[in-house]
Amino acid sequence: MNTTFQKSSALPASEWIITRLIQISGYLSIVFVGLISIFLISEGSPALVEVPFSSLFGERWYPIEGYYSIWPLLSGSLLITVSAILLALPLGIGTAVYISEIAPQWIKEILKPLVELLAGLPSVVLGFIGILVLVPFLRRALDLPTGLSGFTGALLLGWIAIPTIVSIAEDALNNVPASYRQAALALGATRWQTIWGVTVPAARSGILTALMLGIGRTLGETMAVMMVTGNAPVLPSGLNALFQPLRTMTATIASEMGEVAKGSTHYHVLFLIGMALFIFSLTVNAIAFTLSNRRKKRAERLLS
Amino acid sequence: MRSKFVVFTCLLTGLMVLSACSSPADQNPPAAIPQVYIQNKGSDTMVNLALAWAERYQSEHPEVRISVTGGGTGTGITSLLDRTIDIGNASRAVKQEEIDDAAKLGIELKEIVVARDAIAVIVHPDNPVDHLTLEQISAIFRGEITNWSEVGGEDRPIVKLSRETNSGTHVYFLERVVRLGKKGDKFLFSPDTLLLPSSEGIIAETSENPNAIGYDGLGYITPHVKVLAVSDSGSDRFILPSIETVNDGSYPISRDLYMVTRGTPVGAVKQYIDWILSSEAQRIVSDLGFVPVLR
Repeated sequence: MNTTFQKSSALPASEWIITRLIQISGYLSIVFVGLISIFLISEGSPALVEVPFSSLFGERWYPIEGYYSIWPLLSGSLLITVSAILLALPLGIGTAVYISEIAPQWIKEILKPLVELLAGLPSVVLGFIGILVLVPFLRRALDLPTGLSGFTGALLLGWIAIPTIVSIAEDALNNVPASYRQAALALGATRWQTIWGVTVPAARSGILTALMLGIGRTLGETMAVMMVTGNAPVLPSGLNALFQPLRTMTATIASEMGEVAKGSTHYHVLFLIGMALFIFSLTVNAIAFTLSNRRKKRAERLLS
Repeated sequence: MRSKFVVFTCLLTGLMVLSACSSPADQNPPAAIPQVYIQNKGSDTMVNLALAWAERYQSEHPEVRISVTGGGTGTGITSLLDRTIDIGNASRAVKQEEIDDAAKLGIELKEIVVARDAIAVIVHPDNPVDHLTLEQISAIFRGEITNWSEVGGEDRPIVKLSRETNSGTHVYFLERVVRLGKKGDKFLFSPDTLLLPSSEGIIAETSENPNAIGYDGLGYITPHVKVLAVSDSGSDRFILPSIETVNDGSYPISRDLYMVTRGTPVGAVKQYIDWILSSEAQRIVSDLGFVPVLR
């Protein structure tokens, strides 16, 4: 088949095939997202019928005895994500500002690949470091009953989110036109005033995108949190709950999905948790997308 | 450029065709066509053990093919009565109702102890506590005792470590220790019990944290942790778990694991069960964290 094509009308044929292939792959990703949502909804929504609403938002998660409250898991995930981002955001933006605005060229050339390397570290490896180093250290340093706590998870997740935040925020800062900086310096602003008063605000929407994608990365992370948070489905009672064991939605799905009977209530509730996660990250990504689009329009306006 | 693409496409197609052909061939090597099939089903606790036995036995007896599935002890015994399987795995003795059901169908159930399962309660090596009653352990895991000083230790908070809820060990510990073996008891693990995904996680945290108390299958215990002596309800003899105390039944947190057959096993099933009781198969039992049967 192929050889005949090659002889007679090779170029148009192969080009046609390639165009179609690319087209199909483009459509496929849309189809896959659609199929995943349909699958999640069809497997997860029965839980809303099978488990009464009061039980779904009760106090206990103990599925083998029919306690299906997703409330401890939801709040565990949110508490860890928010704390992780609070830790990662200042560090991430600081690093981005340093790489983009302050560091001399040769340091920049070393730092950028290193940050990207950090992004490539498998989270299981970070989890190991967490268990062997961070958990014992935090227990002694903070005098906690156990180092397997939400805070340990938040530290690790912050660590995981930093490379995402740095590389996107750094891009955003690089996209700020040089004329902004020149104008600020010409008006007599110091370097610090230029960065803080002009460059960073001009890159604001890009930095917000970085924040959103960082949140997405943190929310979806599974392995590292499962290894260091202790996985106790406690309903957080206050801020000190961060220093106690917690359980996240992702860790629950990962550790229980393998053993659950297909079609059981437990199975449906796990998919419901998956739906909740999907909705969260969809929202976060949608916000990030809108923000980065707005940034593009702004850049176009500036160029014209 | 173009010819490269064509070659690549041909290669890819060829590879797909090849892989499609080769997979069924891999599963059935023509050299050894199995003639005897043994269906084995039941207890989830025993699935890994039963699989390991089946794999080793099949590699030595290529004419035998053993399929192992889980589903729970009850499922295994039901399938045995349906005559869909040959051997049921049971992590508890056969119940009287099951014996009665079998009698109605004209089946006599035979149970054979093939391994034992014991759970050791462990603490940090520096913890001065070295024995606890079953009631004390239960109260600790229910969250009623929260400080080591209440059971004769230092003034430290107690951190409770447990296996994940999908582990057979978790369920057995819940029934035997937390609920003290009482049927209909609705006590649960305290919500602040840490659920760790692996045995290694429990051993690592217990060997590092002087506040911790955990439990795990006896075979998984390493020298980095201290094993507690446990006394049964109403007894004041504290017993350390060992192969001997588990086999003579004096250590309270232990149970027998059974294989159940219809009538006295014969033929290939008998050969298989005899092999399971051999020292070679019982070594697999220790490797997987269970306690071998002493004879």
